[in-house]
Amino acid sequence: MSDGIFRRVAIAGNPNTGKSTIFNALTGLRQKVGNYPGVTVEKKTGKFFSSHGEAMELIDLPGSYSLQVRSPDEAVARDLLLGRIAGVARPDVIIAVVDASNLDRHLYIAAQMLELGIPVVVALNMVDVAEEHGLVIDLMALRERLGVPVIPMVASKGTGIIELKQAVSRTPLHKPEQRAQLPIVYETELAALGKKLPYPAETARLEAMLLLSLDDTGLAEQCDPAHRADVAAAQARLRTHGIDPLAAPVDARYDWVAAICTAVIHRHGEDSDGLTISDRLDIVLTHKLWGWLAFLGMMTAMFLCIFLVAKWPMDWISAVVDAVASWTKTKLPDGDLQSLVSDGVIHGVGAVVVFLPQILILFFFLGLLEDSGYMARAAFIMDRLMSRVGLHGKSFVPMLSSFACAIPGIMATRTIENRKDRFVTILVAPLMSCSARLPVYTLMIALLLPAAGLWEKAGIMLSMYLLGIVAAFGMAWLFKKTLLRSETPMLLLELPPYRAPAIRGIIQRMWERGVIFLRRAGTVILALNIILWALLHYPKPADKSAPESERIANSIGGRAGKMIEPAIAPLGFDWKIGIGLVGSFAAREVFVSTMSQVYDVTDDDKDKLMDRVGAAMTAEKRETGAPMFTPLVCLSIMVFYVLAMQCLSTVAIVRRETNSWRWPLFQIAYMNALAWLASFLVYQGGKLLGWQ
Amino acid sequence: MDNAPTPSEPLSTLQPGQRGKVTAIVLPGASRGRIMEMGLTIGATIEVVRFAPLGDPMELKVRGFHLSLRKADAAGIQVARL
Ligand SMILES: Nc1nc2c(ncn2[C@@H]2O[C@H](COP(=O)(O)OP(=O)(O)O)[C@@H](O)[C@H]2O)c(=O)[nH]1
Repeated sequence: MSDGIFRRVAIAGNPNTGKSTIFNALTGLRQKVGNYPGVTVEKKTGKFFSSHGEAMELIDLPGSYSLQVRSPDEAVARDLLLGRIAGVARPDVIIAVVDASNLDRHLYIAAQMLELGIPVVVALNMVDVAEEHGLVIDLMALRERLGVPVIPMVASKGTGIIELKQAVSRTPLHKPEQRAQLPIVYETELAALGKKLPYPAETARLEAMLLLSLDDTGLAEQCDPAHRADVAAAQARLRTHGIDPLAAPVDARYDWVAAICTAVIHRHGEDSDGLTISDRLDIVLTHKLWGWLAFLGMMTAMFLCIFLVAKWPMDWISAVVDAVASWTKTKLPDGDLQSLVSDGVIHGVGAVVVFLPQILILFFFLGLLEDSGYMARAAFIMDRLMSRVGLHGKSFVPMLSSFACAIPGIMATRTIENRKDRFVTILVAPLMSCSARLPVYTLMIALLLPAAGLWEKAGIMLSMYLLGIVAAFGMAWLFKKTLLRSETPMLLLELPPYRAPAIRGIIQRMWERGVIFLRRAGTVILALNIILWALLHYPKPADKSAPESERIANSIGGRAGKMIEPAIAPLGFDWKIGIGLVGSFAAREVFVSTMSQVYDVTDDDKDKLMDRVGAAMTAEKRETGAPMFTPLVCLSIMVFYVLAMQCLSTVAIVRRETNSWRWPLFQIAYMNALAWLASFLVYQGGKLLGWQ
Repeated sequence: MDNAPTPSEPLSTLQPGQRGKVTAIVLPGASRGRIMEMGLTIGATIEVVRFAPLGDPMELKVRGFHLSLRKADAAGIQVARL
């Protein structure tokens, strides 16, 4: 082929069958994540070499795979396999990953793949688990029945990878000849309808089947009007034969699979009715009392780790940042360049990079929960609560991920099939306190209660998180009632068996996230800091000896802050905080570094940047002489940060995921209005109550 | 399409530990297709494992794997108790 790729290999399988493990084992680090043309679904591809050294491309088929689509992920998988994507050829061979410990269910996917007319290799993974369950699978019989190569594997140990590679490298590859048999009348209808459709002969039968499986609403939405009458007539004819056009193919495949399973699986011992470890765990983890305690315990442990364990590496990072900044000061002559490099670049970026440990820990925990199978249980026990606001348990995972960062959270909404529910989740996800708000909370809490103990600080922090959660649920409820009204979708959630999480894989994913974060710090945030520095330093006051405060007041940034001051004064904010807010609209993390530039924190009498910023802010006075950062102002700032939409990257991802500017703009408007209102209530209400 | 020998009842009325055979699925087209592709086809045996701590959804065992479904949706699945 022109691009030097010998073969394009697609890999398909239900979730939790080891698909990613096999993908990683085959391609190692030669992976690439991009996008399919015109859609927002992630395209993960990798490269590996065949047994004969030719370059092979491996394509990860997204979504829990089914040709009858309900989510954008599944639509891409279907379109790719059916060759519907312009400019993208169908794959040359498909690896169908199946879980050997539960063939009755997983062979269904293989059965579907065999109908595509593309060569298939079955990766029979998890044979170790099957053996533990006392199952012996007759490989020869299975190969004969399926009519394609079947490779037994234990992907987590690397067993079978070489054999799999050989199987997809073989020339020639044969198209499958076996498949589930449909009733003859059905086949006749498929052939007749297929001829009328504008698809190549290879895929016409399947395309026809997809159409026949639609109900009336589905037909109205997905079927070309030119064929609607034909399809409806064929469906009616099938029904007169007592055949359900939707059920027949599914039944046929499951019947075929069941017959194969009876023939090829031999059971040893009789553990069939005994409780597995997974069942025992579930008795506790979904228990009416213990289940909740375990859930709360896990969430508490996660947040404690984020705050306590991350403290040390964070201190080291700030120490390094400070050391580098002072070193550049000794090397560069006094003046603008020195100020730009040390205050603008090093301290500015440093103030953000400090949060890397917290973000890594969060992603580590989320990875553990996901990989072990607990995440599905969390959705299971949370579903009732989510249903109160009209969402379902599947929205819980994106919301939980949004505690780390709204971006992965919003990307995780792709598993939600109902479009309106997906949009509701996207709209409220950024209300969950992401890790970028942490620095702001930390700084404000330190100012609010300088003498408070760890528990009190943690308590305030927790209440900020709770505020975000309550706001998210409240707004979700409101949106479901108004803008995005729709039927509560069906929950169909698989509860996979618990498994020891694969730490290596989790660390790899955590690392990928870390790199993305650092790249952001190195590009967007760096650029913002330089712009911010310039805004705060130019134009220069005519009088070179003017005090710092005058210089800032005169700068463009200062003027911008003053301009918005009337709007934010009712919240208790002055123009300097206004500069911070303006800066934060690009990325919240910038608040701390902005404050460090606004208050021109340079004297190195304290060793940590955060403490120095805090000290400068404590000393700050209003024009009346009263302290600026009273507890009430700090609270007002925090509340504002909980609720406001201040993250360009999130705006960009929402734009991408909803494919329009309407939703992100609406989101900015409603969140910021909400933030303003809440801060207003806190500040003015607090003043009425006589607080400071 | 429903001529089951034993009287059928909605899946949602089964108690944990009880089992039934699917006799009919009365749900909107898209939901019906999804349920069937997950293995809840006519004739499949379902066991109710438990209800979630707040009483809904329910956990089912079908074809050797566990699946969770809301009671309201499970009410559309008719089963003959085994
Ligand atoms: N015991 C066992 N575990 C496996 C095997 N293959 C993968 N796993 C584990 O199963 C879990 C799910 O695997 P993953 O590749 O993430 O599945 P995916 O959801 O299909 O991509 C991970 O914890 C893997 O380490 C295997 O052959 N045997």
